[in-house]
Amino acid sequence: MSNQIPLVEYLVLGDAPHLVANECTACGARYFDRRNACASCFGTSFASVDIATEGEVRAFTIVTPWMPGTAPYVPAVVDCGGTSVRGNVVNTTPDAEHITLGMKVRLTTVPFGADTAGTEAIGYGFEPIN
Amino acid sequence: MANEDLWILGINMTKFGKHPDKDVVDLAAEAAMAALADGGVTMADMGVLAAGNLMGAAAGVGQQLQKQIGQTGIPVFNVANACATGATAIRTVIMAIKAGECEMGLAVGVEKLSGAGMLGAGMGVAASDTWTPSGRFGAVSSLEGKTGTDMMPGVFAQVGMEYGHKYGGTSFELFARISEKNHRNSTLNPLAAIQKDMSLEQIMNEPMIAYPNTRAMCSANSDGAAAAVIVSGEKLRTLSAEQQKRAVKISASVLTSDPYEEGCQILPNVNTLTRMAAKQAYELAGIGPEDLDLVELHDCFATAELVHYDNLMLCPEGGAVDFFNSGATWRDGSTPVNVSGGLESKGHPIAATGIANIWEICHHLRGEAGPRQIEGAKVGLAHVIGLGSACGVHILEKSGL
Ligand SMILES: [Zn+2]
Repeated sequence: MSNQIPLVEYLVLGDAPHLVANECTACGARYFDRRNACASCFGTSFASVDIATEGEVRAFTIVTPWMPGTAPYVPAVVDCGGTSVRGNVVNTTPDAEHITLGMKVRLTTVPFGADTAGTEAIGYGFEPIN
Repeated sequence: MANEDLWILGINMTKFGKHPDKDVVDLAAEAAMAALADGGVTMADMGVLAAGNLMGAAAGVGQQLQKQIGQTGIPVFNVANACATGATAIRTVIMAIKAGECEMGLAVGVEKLSGAGMLGAGMGVAASDTWTPSGRFGAVSSLEGKTGTDMMPGVFAQVGMEYGHKYGGTSFELFARISEKNHRNSTLNPLAAIQKDMSLEQIMNEPMIAYPNTRAMCSANSDGAAAAVIVSGEKLRTLSAEQQKRAVKISASVLTSDPYEEGCQILPNVNTLTRMAAKQAYELAGIGPEDLDLVELHDCFATAELVHYDNLMLCPEGGAVDFFNSGATWRDGSTPVNVSGGLESKGHPIAATGIANIWEICHHLRGEAGPRQIEGAKVGLAHVIGLGSACGVHILEKSGL
């Protein structure tokens, strides 16, 4: 595992990959980035919380890439137990027959290649739950 | 003074489209000089200048413009507020006049964009030969396309889809029909960048940019400028009868930013700040959405137009699909929306857009819109939104003077 690195710091790799958020201890607002303060209540105390790995697609689009010959991809907003998460829908055909609003999805990992030291960057996406 | 109405004395927009032979200052000067002439005033009458050029936000377009059309020593505010930059320039002049600092001012927005492609900032992370976390997400690579998208087409596509998920009734075809309306409207607007009637089939068969928006359903990047002269009511009463008659009353001028809500830092929430701005504007103007004779709203994408029917309270909450299907927003409907052709065909030279929308409303309220005139128009609303986010809403009324 030591030769892997998460694409983003809010992705925890390992046996049960999942996302973590910075939760405001005063109001419960959740953020995935480094914080200076809470945008909702201005508090400055945060705790790390695990995010549910299953959720429902609340919005999506299917982007046609600029580079000819590259496959379309599917940015989406996924409601993971009440927390909104952004990520691509993966492991299904990227068209409007296979991606639907309200579809149930689960978190999965997506490799993004290795650097010159052989470390592999691992990102995440959401795949349909059949 | 603070509660007195302000007025648009002169206003102008250039033809939107490709202007390869003109630079940013040429376009700004063209709109500014025409707006001054339209109002029957000169730079010597201006007490403040607010100017926006988003792509050159650090270059000081206001002073560059002064050096071509009149250096009088007045304060210049160079403003940048994404796609709401033009509305922000107007708002800045209004605040200066309301504060009693001056009685007349000029707002200008200008952009050169033709050939710029689709806009939107990726989260840039410097390429390195070993993965190194950096930035606020500790990302080892650019995240654009890897954890969703920050590009405008993808963001606004999701905004429309989210509305569909919440209330139902949306489809690719529905969004394409909104675009069909705006392209039809553009055929009557000689200043539109693209004047081309497009059938529903043509629109749906255009290249898909970000489902459900095809190329015809995205705003057209173009060059252009718009400018407005704003005057206090007290000063207006000292001007000629003709100037008073053509002046357009600013019944409300509101600028908001997005308040915190769950998910707003995941997908920009363009709804709440627009609803806030609309609500404040209706209250200030003492006018309801049912009183509007026409609306110019920010259809940067066809999907965006649908959600703003609801956000501007033109229909009951959740009722935007039924509202559009009723025909209400077509030229001959109860609330014509984007009779200019909208950003999808008129074009979207970013900083000019927020003033050009107001120009379109003024054109109708003055009864000067020619073949596309909405007969008897007395009240109109102009709306813009810039991601990040900023929303401007102006309600304008025909002069009773
Ligand atoms: Zn908080």
